[in-house]
Amino acid sequence: MSQKVLLNSKEVNIILHRLACQLIENHDDFSETVLIGIQPRGKFLADRLAQMLKEDYKIKNVQLGQLDITFFRDDFRRGDKPLEANSTEIDFIVEDKNVVFIDDVLYTGRSIRSALTAIQSFGRPNNIELLTLIDRRFSRHLPIQPNYRGRQVDAIDNQKVKVNWIENGGEDSVYLIDK
Amino acid sequence: MSELSVKHLLGIKYLNKQDIDLIFETADQFKEVINRPIKKVPSLRDITIANLFFENSTRTKLSFELAEKRLSADVINFSASQSSVKKGETLIDTVNNILSMKVDMVVMRHPNPGAGVFLSKHVNASIVNAGDGAHEHPTQALLDSYSIREKLGTVKGKNVVIVGDILHSRVALSNIYALQLQGANVMVCGPKTLIPKYIKDLGVKVETNLKKALEWCDVANMLRVQNERMDISYFPTTREYTQQFGVNKELLDSLKKEIVIMHPGPINRGVEITSDVADSKQAIILDQVENGVAVRMAVIYLLASKIKQ
Repeated sequence: MSQKVLLNSKEVNIILHRLACQLIENHDDFSETVLIGIQPRGKFLADRLAQMLKEDYKIKNVQLGQLDITFFRDDFRRGDKPLEANSTEIDFIVEDKNVVFIDDVLYTGRSIRSALTAIQSFGRPNNIELLTLIDRRFSRHLPIQPNYRGRQVDAIDNQKVKVNWIENGGEDSVYLIDK
Repeated sequence: MSELSVKHLLGIKYLNKQDIDLIFETADQFKEVINRPIKKVPSLRDITIANLFFENSTRTKLSFELAEKRLSADVINFSASQSSVKKGETLIDTVNNILSMKVDMVVMRHPNPGAGVFLSKHVNASIVNAGDGAHEHPTQALLDSYSIREKLGTVKGKNVVIVGDILHSRVALSNIYALQLQGANVMVCGPKTLIPKYIKDLGVKVETNLKKALEWCDVANMLRVQNERMDISYFPTTREYTQQFGVNKELLDSLKKEIVIMHPGPINRGVEITSDVADSKQAIILDQVENGVAVRMAVIYLLASKIKQ
Protein backbone atom coordinates (compact mmCIF):
# COMPACT_ATOMS: atom_id res chain seq x y z
CA MET A 1 0.00 0.00 0.00
CA SER A 2 1.63 3.25 -1.07
CA GLN A 3 0.43 6.72 -0.32
CA LYS A 4 1.06 10.17 -1.74
CA VAL A 5 0.41 13.53 -0.13
CA LEU A 6 -2.12 15.53 -2.14
CA LEU A 7 -2.43 18.45 0.28
CA ASN A 8 -0.41 19.30 3.37
CA SER A 9 -1.68 21.28 6.32
CA LYS A 10 -0.62 24.67 4.90
CA GLU A 11 -2.33 23.97 1.59
CA VAL A 12 -5.50 22.77 3.34
CA ASN A 13 -5.54 26.04 5.31
CA ILE A 14 -5.17 28.18 2.18
CA ILE A 15 -7.93 26.25 0.43
CA LEU A 16 -10.28 26.58 3.42
CA HIS A 17 -9.79 30.35 3.41
CA ARG A 18 -10.49 30.49 -0.33
CA LEU A 19 -13.66 28.39 0.08
CA ALA A 20 -14.80 30.63 2.96
CA CYS A 21 -14.29 33.72 0.79
CA GLN A 22 -16.17 32.16 -2.11
CA LEU A 23 -19.07 31.40 0.23
CA ILE A 24 -19.11 35.00 1.48
CA GLU A 25 -19.07 36.24 -2.12
CA ASN A 26 -22.31 34.37 -2.84
CA HIS A 27 -24.03 34.44 0.53
CA ASP A 28 -23.22 37.87 1.92
CA ASP A 29 -24.12 37.92 5.64
CA PHE A 30 -25.49 34.35 5.68
CA SER A 31 -28.88 35.52 6.99
CA GLU A 32 -30.70 33.27 4.51
CA THR A 33 -28.05 30.55 4.35
CA VAL A 34 -27.52 27.35 6.30
CA LEU A 35 -24.45 25.11 6.19
CA ILE A 36 -25.09 21.38 6.37
CA GLY A 37 -22.23 18.93 6.97
CA ILE A 38 -22.82 15.48 5.55
CA GLN A 39 -22.17 12.85 8.23
CA PRO A 40 -19.85 11.29 9.09
CA ARG A 41 -16.85 12.90 7.37
CA GLY A 42 -18.29 16.16 6.15
CA LYS A 43 -18.81 17.20 9.77
CA PHE A 44 -15.17 18.13 10.33
CA LEU A 45 -14.97 20.31 7.23
CA ALA A 46 -18.31 21.98 8.01
CA ASP A 47 -17.29 22.68 11.62
CA ARG A 48 -13.98 24.16 10.45
CA LEU A 49 -15.54 26.39 7.79
CA ALA A 50 -18.23 27.64 10.19
CA GLN A 51 -15.59 28.45 12.78
CA MET A 52 -13.48 30.25 10.17
CA LEU A 53 -16.44 32.31 8.93
CA LYS A 54 -17.26 33.37 12.50
CA GLU A 55 -13.78 34.06 13.79
CA ASP A 56 -11.73 35.16 10.78
CA TYR A 57 -14.42 36.83 8.71
CA LYS A 58 -16.69 38.08 11.53
CA ILE A 59 -19.89 36.62 10.12
CA LYS A 60 -22.35 36.57 13.00
CA ASN A 61 -25.23 34.37 11.86
CA VAL A 62 -23.67 31.16 10.66
CA GLN A 63 -26.26 28.41 11.02
CA LEU A 64 -24.66 24.99 11.01
CA GLY A 65 -26.25 21.54 11.00
CA GLN A 66 -25.14 17.95 10.47
CA LEU A 67 -27.16 15.60 8.29
CA ASP A 68 -26.98 11.82 8.49
CA ILE A 69 -27.94 10.13 5.23
CA THR A 70 -27.79 6.47 6.34
CA PHE A 71 -31.52 5.81 6.11
CA PHE A 72 -31.68 7.47 2.68
CA ARG A 73 -28.83 5.56 1.03
CA ASP A 74 -29.50 3.45 -2.04
CA ASP A 75 -27.20 0.56 -1.06
CA PHE A 76 -29.13 -0.76 1.96
CA ARG A 77 -28.79 -4.61 2.01
CA ARG A 78 -26.48 -4.45 -1.01
CA GLY A 79 -23.04 -4.32 0.58
CA ASP A 80 -21.18 -6.75 2.82
CA LYS A 81 -21.16 -4.41 5.78
CA PRO A 82 -24.33 -3.14 7.47
CA LEU A 83 -24.89 0.61 7.33
CA GLU A 84 -24.21 2.35 10.62
CA ALA A 85 -26.23 5.42 11.49
CA ASN A 86 -24.76 8.71 12.73
CA SER A 87 -26.53 11.56 14.39
CA THR A 88 -28.45 14.30 12.64
CA GLU A 89 -28.35 17.70 14.31
CA ILE A 90 -30.52 20.21 12.50
CA ASP A 91 -32.41 22.40 14.95
CA PHE A 92 -33.80 24.80 12.37
CA ILE A 93 -36.12 24.56 9.37
CA VAL A 94 -34.56 24.86 5.93
CA GLU A 95 -37.76 26.15 4.29
CA ASP A 96 -36.83 28.87 1.76
CA LYS A 97 -33.19 28.88 2.92
CA ASN A 98 -30.11 28.64 0.77
CA VAL A 99 -28.58 25.34 1.77
CA VAL A 100 -24.88 24.53 1.31
CA PHE A 101 -24.01 20.83 1.60
CA ILE A 102 -20.47 20.29 2.83
CA ASP A 103 -18.58 17.01 2.35
CA ASP A 104 -14.89 16.14 2.28
CA VAL A 105 -14.70 14.03 -0.90
CA LEU A 106 -17.08 13.97 -3.86
CA TYR A 107 -16.74 10.58 -5.55
CA THR A 108 -19.72 8.77 -7.11
CA GLY A 109 -22.23 11.44 -6.09
CA ARG A 110 -24.52 8.87 -4.44
CA SER A 111 -24.13 10.33 -0.94
CA ILE A 112 -25.17 13.72 -2.25
CA ARG A 113 -28.17 12.14 -4.01
CA SER A 114 -29.17 10.68 -0.63
CA ALA A 115 -28.61 14.02 1.09
CA LEU A 116 -30.84 15.76 -1.46
CA THR A 117 -33.67 13.41 -0.47
CA ALA A 118 -32.90 13.52 3.26
CA ILE A 119 -32.92 17.31 3.50
CA GLN A 120 -36.52 17.39 2.25
CA SER A 121 -37.57 16.10 5.69
CA PHE A 122 -36.65 19.54 7.04
CA GLY A 123 -38.56 21.65 4.54
CA ARG A 124 -38.24 22.93 0.95
CA PRO A 125 -35.01 24.88 0.54
CA ASN A 126 -34.79 27.82 -1.82
CA ASN A 127 -31.74 26.25 -3.43
CA ILE A 128 -29.01 23.78 -2.61
CA GLU A 129 -25.30 24.11 -3.36
CA LEU A 130 -22.47 21.68 -2.85
CA LEU A 131 -19.05 22.41 -1.37
CA THR A 132 -16.40 19.73 -1.36
CA LEU A 133 -12.73 19.73 -0.41
CA ILE A 134 -11.74 17.08 -2.94
CA ASP A 135 -13.53 16.49 -6.22
CA ARG A 136 -12.63 13.10 -7.73
CA ARG A 137 -13.06 13.81 -11.41
CA PHE A 138 -14.31 11.19 -13.93
CA SER A 139 -15.79 8.92 -11.25
CA ARG A 140 -19.36 10.13 -11.00
CA HIS A 141 -22.31 7.72 -11.20
CA LEU A 142 -24.82 10.56 -11.20
CA PRO A 143 -25.04 14.01 -12.80
CA ILE A 144 -23.85 15.88 -9.69
CA GLN A 145 -21.11 18.55 -9.63
CA PRO A 146 -19.82 20.77 -6.83
CA ASN A 147 -20.40 24.54 -6.76
CA TYR A 148 -17.27 25.06 -4.66
CA ARG A 149 -14.30 22.72 -4.85
CA GLY A 150 -11.02 22.72 -2.97
CA ARG A 151 -8.95 20.59 -5.30
CA GLN A 152 -9.81 18.47 -8.31
CA VAL A 153 -8.14 15.06 -8.34
CA ASP A 154 -7.82 12.34 -10.94
CA ALA A 155 -7.86 9.04 -9.13
CA ILE A 156 -8.61 5.56 -10.40
CA ASP A 157 -11.13 3.25 -8.79
CA ASN A 158 -8.70 1.22 -6.70
CA GLN A 159 -7.24 4.35 -5.15
CA LYS A 160 -8.68 5.99 -2.06
CA VAL A 161 -8.59 9.63 -1.10
CA LYS A 162 -8.19 10.05 2.65
CA VAL A 163 -8.78 13.36 4.40
CA ASN A 164 -7.36 13.79 7.91
CA TRP A 165 -8.25 16.52 10.37
CA ILE A 166 -6.70 17.58 13.67
CA GLU A 167 -10.13 16.97 15.27
CA ASN A 168 -10.01 13.43 13.90
CA GLY A 169 -6.73 12.58 15.58
CA GLY A 170 -4.33 13.46 12.78
CA GLU A 171 -3.00 16.63 11.21
CA ASP A 172 -4.80 18.46 8.41
CA SER A 173 -3.80 16.61 5.25
CA VAL A 174 -5.10 14.75 2.22
CA TYR A 175 -3.55 11.51 0.96
CA LEU A 176 -4.00 9.45 -2.18
CA ILE A 177 -3.69 5.80 -1.18
CA ASP A 178 -3.22 2.80 -3.49
CA LYS A 179 -5.33 0.01 -2.04
CA MET B 1 -20.15 -4.42 16.29
CA SER B 2 -22.75 -3.05 13.96
CA GLU B 3 -24.86 -6.08 13.28
CA LEU B 4 -27.33 -8.07 15.38
CA SER B 5 -26.21 -11.55 16.39
CA VAL B 6 -29.64 -12.95 15.49
CA LYS B 7 -31.75 -13.27 12.35
CA HIS B 8 -35.06 -13.16 14.24
CA LEU B 9 -36.23 -11.35 17.36
CA LEU B 10 -37.90 -14.23 19.16
CA GLY B 11 -37.14 -13.15 22.70
CA ILE B 12 -34.68 -11.19 24.79
CA LYS B 13 -33.26 -14.55 25.90
CA TYR B 14 -31.58 -14.89 22.50
CA LEU B 15 -29.94 -11.44 22.53
CA ASN B 16 -26.67 -10.28 24.07
CA LYS B 17 -25.70 -6.94 25.60
CA GLN B 18 -24.12 -5.71 22.34
CA ASP B 19 -27.37 -6.38 20.48
CA ILE B 20 -29.31 -4.27 22.98
CA ASP B 21 -26.74 -1.45 22.78
CA LEU B 22 -26.92 -1.49 18.97
CA ILE B 23 -30.74 -1.43 19.01
CA PHE B 24 -30.72 1.55 21.41
CA GLU B 25 -28.10 3.50 19.44
CA THR B 26 -30.09 2.96 16.26
CA ALA B 27 -33.34 3.88 18.05
CA ASP B 28 -31.74 7.19 19.12
CA GLN B 29 -31.39 8.10 15.45
CA PHE B 30 -34.94 7.01 14.65
CA LYS B 31 -36.29 9.01 17.56
CA GLU B 32 -34.74 12.08 15.93
CA VAL B 33 -36.29 11.05 12.59
CA ILE B 34 -39.83 10.73 14.00
CA ASN B 35 -39.60 14.22 15.46
CA ARG B 36 -38.85 15.81 12.07
CA PRO B 37 -41.51 17.67 10.10
CA ILE B 38 -41.44 14.72 7.67
CA LYS B 39 -41.14 11.54 9.68
CA LYS B 40 -40.41 9.01 7.01
CA VAL B 41 -37.21 7.44 5.63
CA PRO B 42 -36.96 5.29 2.49
CA SER B 43 -34.66 2.51 3.82
CA LEU B 44 -37.08 -0.42 3.58
CA ARG B 45 -38.85 0.47 0.35
CA ASP B 46 -38.14 -3.00 -1.11
CA ILE B 47 -39.19 -4.95 2.00
CA THR B 48 -42.66 -6.36 2.64
CA ILE B 49 -43.76 -7.08 6.19
CA ALA B 50 -46.77 -9.11 7.32
CA ASN B 51 -48.29 -8.34 10.70
CA LEU B 52 -49.97 -11.50 11.90
CA PHE B 53 -52.06 -10.99 15.00
CA PHE B 54 -53.63 -14.17 16.31
CA GLU B 55 -54.55 -12.32 19.50
CA ASN B 56 -56.04 -8.89 20.11
CA SER B 57 -53.76 -5.89 20.31
CA THR B 58 -54.15 -2.16 19.84
CA ARG B 59 -50.97 -0.44 20.94
CA THR B 60 -48.44 -3.00 19.76
CA LYS B 61 -50.13 -3.46 16.39
CA LEU B 62 -50.39 0.28 15.75
CA SER B 63 -46.84 0.84 16.92
CA PHE B 64 -45.41 -1.86 14.65
CA GLU B 65 -47.47 -0.69 11.70
CA LEU B 66 -46.37 2.90 12.19
CA ALA B 67 -42.72 1.85 12.58
CA GLU B 68 -42.91 -0.17 9.35
CA LYS B 69 -44.58 2.64 7.44
CA ARG B 70 -42.08 5.24 8.68
CA LEU B 71 -39.36 2.99 7.24
CA SER B 72 -41.29 2.85 3.92
CA ALA B 73 -41.89 -0.90 4.06
CA ASP B 74 -44.96 -2.39 2.39
CA VAL B 75 -47.29 -3.67 5.08
CA ILE B 76 -50.02 -6.29 5.09
CA ASN B 77 -52.17 -6.91 8.12
CA PHE B 78 -53.82 -10.08 9.19
CA SER B 79 -55.96 -10.79 12.19
CA ALA B 80 -57.00 -14.29 13.09
CA SER B 81 -60.64 -13.42 13.68
CA GLN B 82 -61.17 -12.67 9.98
CA SER B 83 -59.08 -15.48 8.51
CA SER B 84 -58.99 -19.09 7.40
CA VAL B 85 -57.54 -20.03 10.79
CA LYS B 86 -61.16 -20.30 11.82
CA LYS B 87 -61.62 -22.81 8.99
CA GLY B 88 -58.94 -25.09 10.45
CA GLU B 89 -55.75 -24.02 8.66
CA THR B 90 -52.48 -24.71 10.52
CA LEU B 91 -50.07 -21.94 11.51
CA ILE B 92 -47.35 -23.09 9.08
CA ASP B 93 -49.83 -23.28 6.21
CA THR B 94 -51.21 -19.86 6.97
CA VAL B 95 -47.76 -18.31 7.10
CA ASN B 96 -46.41 -20.15 4.06
CA ASN B 97 -49.38 -18.96 2.06
CA ILE B 98 -48.61 -15.42 3.08
CA LEU B 99 -44.90 -15.85 2.38
CA SER B 100 -45.56 -17.19 -1.11
CA MET B 101 -46.78 -13.67 -1.82
CA LYS B 102 -43.10 -12.67 -1.34
CA VAL B 103 -43.10 -11.36 2.19
CA ASP B 104 -39.68 -10.76 3.80
CA MET B 105 -40.55 -10.37 7.45
CA VAL B 106 -43.29 -11.53 9.78
CA VAL B 107 -44.35 -9.74 12.96
CA MET B 108 -46.44 -12.16 14.95
CA ARG B 109 -48.51 -12.14 18.11
CA HIS B 110 -49.82 -15.53 19.14
CA PRO B 111 -51.59 -16.88 22.26
CA ASN B 112 -49.27 -19.91 22.45
CA PRO B 113 -45.81 -19.60 24.05
CA GLY B 114 -43.05 -20.56 21.62
CA ALA B 115 -45.11 -19.88 18.49
CA GLY B 116 -42.38 -17.58 17.13
CA VAL B 117 -39.58 -20.08 17.74
CA PHE B 118 -41.66 -22.82 16.11
CA LEU B 119 -42.35 -20.68 13.07
CA SER B 120 -38.72 -19.61 12.68
CA LYS B 121 -37.76 -23.27 12.25
CA HIS B 122 -40.26 -23.89 9.50
CA VAL B 123 -40.48 -20.80 7.33
CA ASN B 124 -37.97 -18.72 5.45
CA ALA B 125 -38.50 -15.17 6.74
CA SER B 126 -37.33 -12.98 9.60
CA ILE B 127 -39.68 -13.38 12.54
CA VAL B 128 -40.36 -10.67 15.12
CA ASN B 129 -42.20 -11.88 18.20
CA ALA B 130 -44.84 -9.33 19.18
CA GLY B 131 -45.90 -11.40 22.18
CA ASP B 132 -46.31 -15.18 22.49
CA GLY B 133 -48.73 -16.15 25.24
CA ALA B 134 -47.27 -15.65 28.71
CA HIS B 135 -43.73 -16.19 27.40
CA GLU B 136 -41.96 -13.13 25.92
CA HIS B 137 -42.73 -9.69 24.50
CA PRO B 138 -39.24 -8.58 23.50
CA THR B 139 -40.00 -5.21 21.89
CA GLN B 140 -41.95 -4.11 24.98
CA ALA B 141 -38.98 -4.96 27.21
CA LEU B 142 -36.64 -3.10 24.86
CA LEU B 143 -38.76 0.02 24.85
CA ASP B 144 -39.12 -0.17 28.65
CA SER B 145 -35.34 -0.30 29.09
CA TYR B 146 -34.89 2.39 26.46
CA SER B 147 -37.29 4.64 28.38
CA ILE B 148 -35.43 4.03 31.65
CA ARG B 149 -32.15 4.81 29.90
CA GLU B 150 -33.65 8.02 28.52
CA LYS B 151 -35.08 9.10 31.88
CA LEU B 152 -32.24 8.07 34.21
CA GLY B 153 -29.26 8.07 31.85
CA THR B 154 -28.47 4.41 32.28
CA VAL B 155 -30.08 1.11 33.20
CA LYS B 156 -26.96 -0.30 34.85
CA GLY B 157 -27.15 -0.45 38.63
CA LYS B 158 -30.75 0.74 38.82
CA ASN B 159 -33.29 -1.02 41.01
CA VAL B 160 -36.39 -1.94 39.06
CA VAL B 161 -39.49 -3.54 40.53
CA ILE B 162 -42.13 -5.20 38.38
CA VAL B 163 -45.45 -5.09 40.20
CA GLY B 164 -48.58 -7.12 39.62
CA ASP B 165 -49.54 -10.21 37.68
CA ILE B 166 -46.12 -11.75 37.03
CA LEU B 167 -47.54 -15.22 36.41
CA HIS B 168 -49.44 -14.35 33.25
CA SER B 169 -47.12 -11.63 32.02
CA ARG B 170 -44.87 -11.91 28.97
CA VAL B 171 -43.77 -8.34 29.66
CA ALA B 172 -42.35 -9.40 33.04
CA LEU B 173 -40.20 -12.24 31.69
CA SER B 174 -38.79 -10.20 28.80
CA ASN B 175 -38.13 -7.28 31.14
CA ILE B 176 -36.28 -9.49 33.62
CA TYR B 177 -33.97 -10.78 30.86
CA ALA B 178 -33.43 -7.33 29.35
CA LEU B 179 -32.79 -5.52 32.65
CA GLN B 180 -30.40 -8.18 33.92
CA LEU B 181 -28.43 -8.13 30.64
CA GLN B 182 -27.89 -4.42 31.21
CA GLY B 183 -26.85 -4.81 34.82
CA ALA B 184 -30.00 -3.67 36.64
CA ASN B 185 -31.29 -5.25 39.85
CA VAL B 186 -34.74 -6.70 39.40
CA MET B 187 -37.48 -7.40 41.95
CA VAL B 188 -40.97 -8.73 41.38
CA CYS B 189 -43.83 -7.82 43.67
CA GLY B 190 -47.39 -9.11 43.75
CA PRO B 191 -49.75 -11.52 45.46
CA LYS B 192 -48.08 -14.89 46.06
CA THR B 193 -50.63 -16.56 43.82
CA LEU B 194 -49.49 -14.43 40.87
CA ILE B 195 -45.76 -14.99 41.31
CA PRO B 196 -44.33 -18.08 39.59
CA LYS B 197 -42.92 -20.60 42.06
CA TYR B 198 -39.37 -20.80 40.68
CA ILE B 199 -38.90 -17.19 39.62
CA LYS B 200 -36.05 -16.76 42.15
CA ASP B 201 -34.00 -19.08 39.91
CA LEU B 202 -33.83 -16.20 37.42
CA GLY B 203 -31.93 -14.20 40.02
CA VAL B 204 -34.69 -11.76 40.91
CA LYS B 205 -35.78 -10.64 44.36
CA VAL B 206 -39.34 -11.43 45.44
CA GLU B 207 -41.36 -9.11 47.67
CA THR B 208 -45.01 -9.24 48.64
CA ASN B 209 -45.11 -5.90 50.45
CA LEU B 210 -45.61 -3.10 47.93
CA LYS B 211 -44.41 -0.32 50.25
CA LYS B 212 -41.10 -2.10 50.88
CA ALA B 213 -40.67 -2.76 47.17
CA LEU B 214 -41.25 0.90 46.29
CA GLU B 215 -38.82 2.05 48.97
CA TRP B 216 -36.15 -0.16 47.42
CA CYS B 217 -36.65 0.76 43.78
CA ASP B 218 -35.73 3.58 41.36
CA VAL B 219 -38.32 2.46 38.82
CA ALA B 220 -41.66 0.69 39.27
CA ASN B 221 -43.14 -1.04 36.25
CA MET B 222 -46.84 -1.59 36.99
CA LEU B 223 -48.47 -4.49 35.17
CA ARG B 224 -52.10 -5.02 34.42
CA VAL B 225 -54.02 -7.88 36.02
CA GLN B 226 -54.71 -10.15 33.07
CA ASN B 227 -58.22 -11.28 33.88
CA GLU B 228 -58.61 -12.82 30.44
CA ARG B 229 -55.86 -15.35 31.16
CA MET B 230 -57.14 -16.31 34.60
CA ASP B 231 -58.91 -19.64 34.70
CA ILE B 232 -59.33 -19.60 38.49
CA SER B 233 -59.57 -16.85 41.09
CA TYR B 234 -56.08 -15.72 42.18
CA PHE B 235 -57.18 -13.06 44.67
CA PRO B 236 -60.47 -12.46 46.50
CA THR B 237 -61.65 -9.19 44.93
CA THR B 238 -60.31 -6.42 42.70
CA ARG B 239 -60.84 -4.01 45.61
CA GLU B 240 -58.59 -6.08 47.86
CA TYR B 241 -55.94 -6.31 45.10
CA THR B 242 -55.99 -2.54 44.75
CA GLN B 243 -55.62 -2.04 48.50
CA GLN B 244 -52.56 -4.30 48.61
CA PHE B 245 -50.88 -3.71 45.24
CA GLY B 246 -52.34 -0.53 43.76
CA VAL B 247 -50.12 2.57 43.59
CA ASN B 248 -51.70 5.86 44.61
CA LYS B 249 -50.43 9.38 45.21
CA GLU B 250 -50.35 9.09 49.02
CA LEU B 251 -48.19 6.00 48.81
CA LEU B 252 -45.75 7.69 46.41
CA ASP B 253 -45.62 10.85 48.55
CA SER B 254 -44.82 8.77 51.64
CA LEU B 255 -41.57 7.57 49.98
CA LYS B 256 -38.38 9.47 50.70
CA LYS B 257 -37.47 9.73 47.00
CA GLU B 258 -39.13 10.26 43.65
CA ILE B 259 -39.42 7.05 41.68
CA VAL B 260 -40.24 6.58 38.01
CA ILE B 261 -43.59 4.94 37.23
CA MET B 262 -44.00 2.86 34.09
CA HIS B 263 -46.91 0.90 32.65
CA PRO B 264 -46.99 -1.14 29.42
CA GLY B 265 -50.69 -0.41 28.95
CA PRO B 266 -53.59 -0.80 28.74
CA ILE B 267 -54.10 0.79 32.16
CA ASN B 268 -56.92 -0.24 34.43
CA ARG B 269 -57.24 3.14 36.11
CA GLY B 270 -58.06 2.78 39.77
CA VAL B 271 -56.88 -0.85 39.91
CA GLU B 272 -53.08 -1.18 39.65
CA ILE B 273 -52.53 2.59 39.43
CA THR B 274 -54.72 5.59 40.20
CA SER B 275 -55.44 8.33 37.67
CA ASP B 276 -53.46 11.02 39.50
CA VAL B 277 -50.37 8.78 39.43
CA ALA B 278 -50.84 7.77 35.79
CA ASP B 279 -51.08 11.44 34.77
CA SER B 280 -48.32 12.69 37.09
CA LYS B 281 -44.83 13.88 36.12
CA GLN B 282 -43.32 10.76 37.62
CA ALA B 283 -45.13 8.56 35.10
CA ILE B 284 -43.40 8.06 31.73
CA ILE B 285 -46.21 5.97 30.26
CA LEU B 286 -46.70 8.10 27.14
CA ASP B 287 -42.92 8.40 26.62
CA GLN B 288 -42.90 4.61 26.53
CA VAL B 289 -45.44 4.68 23.71
CA GLU B 290 -43.41 7.21 21.71
CA ASN B 291 -40.19 5.28 22.28
CA GLY B 292 -41.99 2.11 21.21
CA VAL B 293 -42.13 3.35 17.62
CA ALA B 294 -38.43 4.32 17.56
CA VAL B 295 -37.31 1.03 19.13
CA ARG B 296 -39.44 -1.03 16.75
CA MET B 297 -38.06 0.94 13.79
CA ALA B 298 -34.56 0.06 15.02
CA VAL B 299 -35.37 -3.64 15.43
CA ILE B 300 -37.01 -3.90 12.00
CA TYR B 301 -34.23 -1.89 10.31
CA LEU B 302 -31.47 -4.01 11.87
CA LEU B 303 -33.19 -7.32 11.07
CA ALA B 304 -33.99 -6.18 7.52
CA SER B 305 -30.35 -5.30 6.92
CA LYS B 306 -29.60 -9.02 7.39
CA ILE B 307 -32.04 -10.10 4.67
CA LYS B 308 -29.85 -10.67 1.65
CA GLN B 309 -31.07 -9.68 -1.78
